[in-house]
Amino acid sequence: MAIPSTMRWRYFKEGLFFALVRLSALVITVSLGGLLLYIFLNGFRTVNWAFLTLPPTDSMTKGGIMPAILGTFYLTLGAIAVALPLGIMSAIYLTEYAKQGPIVRIIRIGVNCLAGVPSIVFGLFGLGLFVVFLQFGSCILSGALTLGILILPTIIGASEEALKGVPQTFREASLALGVSKWQTIYRIVLPNALPGILTGSILGIGRAAGETAPIMFTAAAFYTAKLPSSILDEVMALPFHIYVLATAGTHIEETRPIQYGTVLVLVGLVLGVDLIAIFIRSFIRKRKRW
Amino acid sequence: MTRKFKEVMIRRIFFLFACVSILILGLIVTFLFREGIPIFRAVSIKDFLFGSEWYPTFDPPAFGIWPLIVGSFIVTFLSTLIAVPLGVLSAVYISEIAPRSIKEILKPVIELLAGLPSVVLGFFGMVVLAPWLQDTFDLPTGLNIVNASLMLALMAVPTISSISEDALYNVPREFKEASYALGATKSETILKVIIPSALSGISTAVILGMARAIGETMVVLMVAGGAAAIPESLFDSVRPMPASIAAEMGEAPFRSEHYHALFATGIVLFLLTLAFNLIADYISNKFKEVGSGTL
Repeated sequence: MAIPSTMRWRYFKEGLFFALVRLSALVITVSLGGLLLYIFLNGFRTVNWAFLTLPPTDSMTKGGIMPAILGTFYLTLGAIAVALPLGIMSAIYLTEYAKQGPIVRIIRIGVNCLAGVPSIVFGLFGLGLFVVFLQFGSCILSGALTLGILILPTIIGASEEALKGVPQTFREASLALGVSKWQTIYRIVLPNALPGILTGSILGIGRAAGETAPIMFTAAAFYTAKLPSSILDEVMALPFHIYVLATAGTHIEETRPIQYGTVLVLVGLVLGVDLIAIFIRSFIRKRKRW
Repeated sequence: MTRKFKEVMIRRIFFLFACVSILILGLIVTFLFREGIPIFRAVSIKDFLFGSEWYPTFDPPAFGIWPLIVGSFIVTFLSTLIAVPLGVLSAVYISEIAPRSIKEILKPVIELLAGLPSVVLGFFGMVVLAPWLQDTFDLPTGLNIVNASLMLALMAVPTISSISEDALYNVPREFKEASYALGATKSETILKVIIPSALSGISTAVILGMARAIGETMVVLMVAGGAAAIPESLFDSVRPMPASIAAEMGEAPFRSEHYHALFATGIVLFLLTLAFNLIADYISNKFKEVGSGTL
């Protein structure tokens, strides 16, 4: 029996739609894959032990990127030190204490809006508050505080998610034993949520390490001969180093290998950190005891 | 009594920490305005926003950011046009069609794309896409609207895809089953039942994707070309607001008119993204899916 033509038309549309949907997924995957492959193929020859451990020489046309790696490390560490305690405390209030109402609603809108503030505006804010008003100058402290504020919404979101994942029965069992609310949170809820919170925070680390605009006016130096000796020193940073080498100066073509190498190191660091978080997260999800 | 007192104190301390985000937003507004408002002693708000000449270093200088605003909107609009189909369709694929094994690859792929530092995308646009565009279309420069929009689209796709996927995932099963029971094919169910039900979530995703694109700095700084003029074709260079701030702040003398004008540009950018976020928040709350009706 022949399939009626209306049905054939419907099957055709079905096939077309599926093809489009698959194509979109393919385009995204190929874009990412192609980009990573391109960076790897162009960068891997530059990246060796000397490149990672030596400072730049000959007005940044030769040598390594060690100061930039170190600077990014300090800035990221500082950002996490600022954002993690603040973020976890905020999330505890929002998930454990807050009752639905206008105040919580306002706080949530605030967190969402903070998450949407453009990175360059964070840079201006850091310049206005930390560098100029508080007179820290352009230094690790200013940059770390700015980046910390930038990743705060990420940490709050991840912590809320993890806290909500702890079953309500755990809290009820603890409260039923006469344990106070704070002790329940401190002894029962937090330890169970901690792996999730830390995983989410790792994603924040990746974000902080890769941002350029917020540190341009608050921490990053074009070039510094000496390594930072205090948190009030300017530092070089990987993302800013890439930007500087690729756009400024007279040696743009000459330093291409260094640029590719630096991009590879940055991408390796950021995506490596993200991948670790993704793996740990799926591991936690699989072996959850409740 | 003391225990109760302690509990109340702890609760209040946590409340204070939860307010930090609001406090920071307040500080951002305060310091942007503190450094930005003085420009309006030199230029009127109307001339600043709608003036078509941005020559901050000339004598006399001109502080009209209209070309920068137009530049921002064009690259945002074009990148949204590219990113919405990619993001929404990939979300449909992940939530409705893909087998489990592919889903487990695709979700991390999108997450990694979201994690890619913007300076890397900017670099890629500069060294790969720009020369290619220049040769293929025989242009004076490959650093233009099209290049910036393509790179921005790549940044907006993960935002749009992951939020849309959440929205699609939350469409009640019964809706799908009812549609299949009426004899609809899978694509008909997706297009006429699932996507319309998830529309508020998808709209939120699109608006947040646009907010991401309009505020993105490094990509437009490196690949948009930097011409502060109103473009006449898609292959012209533009200078979106974030690019202008990032490029010029380093050279603007401290607390000069130029410095204040860049902060004022930051205010405009901040208010724009704030508006985008508030609209997204409004839509996602107003049209919240309340679940399937029960008999």
